[in-house]
Amino acid sequence: MSSSSPSLPSSPASSAPLHLAVALDGAGWHPAAWREPVARPRDLFTAGYWADLVAEAERGLLDFVTIEDSLGLQSAHFLEPDGRTDQVRGRLDAVLIAARVAPLTRHIGLVPTVVATHTEPFHISKAIATLDYVSNGRAGLRVQVTARPNEAGHFGRRTFPRIDLREDSPAARDLATDLLDEAADYVEAVRRLWDSWEDDAEIRDVATGRFVDRDKLHYIDFEGKHFNVKGPSITPRPPQGQPLVSALAHEHPTGAPFRLVARSADVGYVTPHDTERARAVVAAVRAEKDTAGRAEEPLHLFGDLVVFLDDDSAAAEDRRDRLDALAGHAYPSDARVFTGTPAQLADLLLELRTAGLSGFRLRPAVLGHDLPAITRRLVPELQRRGAFRSSYEADTLRGLLGLGRPANRYAATA
Amino acid sequence: MSTSSTDKPLKQIHLAAHFPGVNNTTVWSDPEAGSHIEFSSFAHLARTAERAKFDFLFLAEGLRLREQGGEIYDLDVVGRPDTFTVLTALAAVTEHLGLTGTINSTFNEPYEVARQFASLDHLSGGRAAWNVVTSWDAFTGENFRRGGFLPQEERYTRAKEFLATAHELFDSWRGDEIIADQETGTFLSDAKAGSFVHQGEQFDISGQFNVPRSPQGRPVIFQAGESDEGREFAASNADAIFSRYSKLEEGQAFYQDVKGRLARYGRRHDQLLILPAATFVLGDTDAEARELAHEVRRQQVSGATAIKYLEHIWNRDLSAYDPDGPLPDVDPIPGENTIALGRASVRQFRDPLAVAKEWRERAEAKHLSIRELVIETTGRQAFIGSPATVAETINEFVQADASDGFILVPHITPGGLDAFADTVVPLLQERGVFRTEYAGTTLRDHLGLDHPDAEATAQQVAS
Repeated sequence: MSSSSPSLPSSPASSAPLHLAVALDGAGWHPAAWREPVARPRDLFTAGYWADLVAEAERGLLDFVTIEDSLGLQSAHFLEPDGRTDQVRGRLDAVLIAARVAPLTRHIGLVPTVVATHTEPFHISKAIATLDYVSNGRAGLRVQVTARPNEAGHFGRRTFPRIDLREDSPAARDLATDLLDEAADYVEAVRRLWDSWEDDAEIRDVATGRFVDRDKLHYIDFEGKHFNVKGPSITPRPPQGQPLVSALAHEHPTGAPFRLVARSADVGYVTPHDTERARAVVAAVRAEKDTAGRAEEPLHLFGDLVVFLDDDSAAAEDRRDRLDALAGHAYPSDARVFTGTPAQLADLLLELRTAGLSGFRLRPAVLGHDLPAITRRLVPELQRRGAFRSSYEADTLRGLLGLGRPANRYAATA
Repeated sequence: MSTSSTDKPLKQIHLAAHFPGVNNTTVWSDPEAGSHIEFSSFAHLARTAERAKFDFLFLAEGLRLREQGGEIYDLDVVGRPDTFTVLTALAAVTEHLGLTGTINSTFNEPYEVARQFASLDHLSGGRAAWNVVTSWDAFTGENFRRGGFLPQEERYTRAKEFLATAHELFDSWRGDEIIADQETGTFLSDAKAGSFVHQGEQFDISGQFNVPRSPQGRPVIFQAGESDEGREFAASNADAIFSRYSKLEEGQAFYQDVKGRLARYGRRHDQLLILPAATFVLGDTDAEARELAHEVRRQQVSGATAIKYLEHIWNRDLSAYDPDGPLPDVDPIPGENTIALGRASVRQFRDPLAVAKEWRERAEAKHLSIRELVIETTGRQAFIGSPATVAETINEFVQADASDGFILVPHITPGGLDAFADTVVPLLQERGVFRTEYAGTTLRDHLGLDHPDAEATAQQVAS
């Protein structure tokens, strides 16, 4: 098996087709999204709701969906629950939502969020490997950390000081660095576990009575600051070899989020608000990647955008104003909030692409409205411009992203 | 009560399908044997079980690959997928079948496991069940943050508190909090939904659970241990027991013992089901089935497997012995079993010296080789016969209160249940002892269990 790297995005040609993902969260990213008539707020905890969303995304030939998750109730406050009753609260486990829709879809990638801070890398490694099996090679994960003291209280094994990671203080820097370095360790352990079985470890040799060749099973012996993992995994190497690893990274004084993406990810989501900033962010991540010794390895950087999409831009703005009024405030976002027409959004994406972004993860403001606007309006617009696929060209998520199936780190090289 | 067996109403049998596991019951060398990992195998078994109107599918779990003599054990099936992920995916290809997962209470945390079971229950429309198992070994702990920390005697202490904590989390939502009124803008009726505080020896946690109450309220709880502690744990906490007793008299004794413990906890007989695991071999005639069964046992116990099995008791390297020769003349090494790691069954040999003596005598008396002895001692299937014989035996067993049904363990993946579904189930249905259609939608419906009432439970806990 060779580690192929066709048409790689380290310097995407400006004519290469864009990659598109959508981020699924509740009724949509705007806190008042659930109050729109198209929303189905009573269905949020049903399989059918999620199956419909992912089917719609697949209809639009999107590369993948991400599914948000957290180990506590949603909250507008960083440090504690906000006690609000006028917004969507509660969620289902994202990995299991992905598993539930996997048998109902055929091409689209499924990328649930996993929280590295309190969970076991051994469990997550086999869960994502299994998602890869049940989806025939379409699994990934989005790794996330949490510094919320209330979420730590749900596990009772660590306590965190009341520090908002977004503030710029020595304590916040230390905590952010520690959590993100732990996430990098977590991904390393997860990746080693995926490789802990060689592809041909299962031999079923009737003559000798051996089911596996134990020389092709490997202890990973991961030792880190927060955990050790012996291995091997209980689950054989997944179909993609290495399912997709992705992470959202903001600019931060420590550089730790970019470092996590540079060290650990196949796809990084970044939040520049214009092309110039995008250029700077791309350069910063690539510098970290060179430092990490991964200069030759592929890394997609996707721009994250919240979208209000309507056929005329006034309608989109009206909708946004209406939702802001219902929420009682303008919608704050780490990512740029786009309000306009599919053609205008296509213009923006193609412009941002020149900064070195190879794709975008769109966060629909209202899933019931903006997801079909993406799949039925934006996608055809991009197709007309030759900037998006007209059919699925690969069977695996790595394949859709032009990523080869990696060689196993433990396999003896001939 | 002394109801005579003649006027006693017929009990309805409960049946489940156990996905073939990683011990030598599973015959991977058969030409019919398929993948133990690919989803298509799980989907096949689940669809077969649902076609036959089974109550549920059952998945076992082990969190470290077994080792023997310091090496990964390679004679049986090795490897399995993640339990929650497979069960949730199976919810997409079935409509009624219950989905039971074995999840360890030692190497998990209650908040996360409660989220996963509540999510599975939502995503399956109320079909989730949890087989609560415990372990303590440092060997498995090497794969986890928590590590191998738990003294063996504490494992039920932790399991009990784990389960109690999970129940507090499931019950932290009453089930009526989500209003989602688009007009008034009220999503939740109660800002404190999901609030919990648990302060105990094993867990000191508090906060808000973030999965709203699921269709079954709580997943159905299974328990698998057979020790006195395990039985008590089941009598106080479980909805069903996954047991090993598939012989009539021992089954009846176990059944009576465990059901007898229920009153102490204010529970009725029908609130705890006894469901032994059972293997089976079917043939057109009883004679043909017996012949097939013998063949299957030889597939299950190769010479190499027989030696490895003997090592569990002898607790020493026996690789120099000929499986077709007599039993070892050396004695077992007493004390803690160190030869086999990650295998709960070695604990059943409490007095290896006595076992070795008994086996040697039996082998000498019957002129059995090592392999023949292991086949005779370990291999016999629970049900062997024509479909009519097997249906009759199962029915008698259940009507005689030796169990409430069976968790059937096919020896071939994934088609090993097909013939049972096609030939035995219709006979049970004809006798009126097995459903011909699902009467309800949730696993609790299939098993005839009450829906837990959160308020009643809260009062119980408070009193």
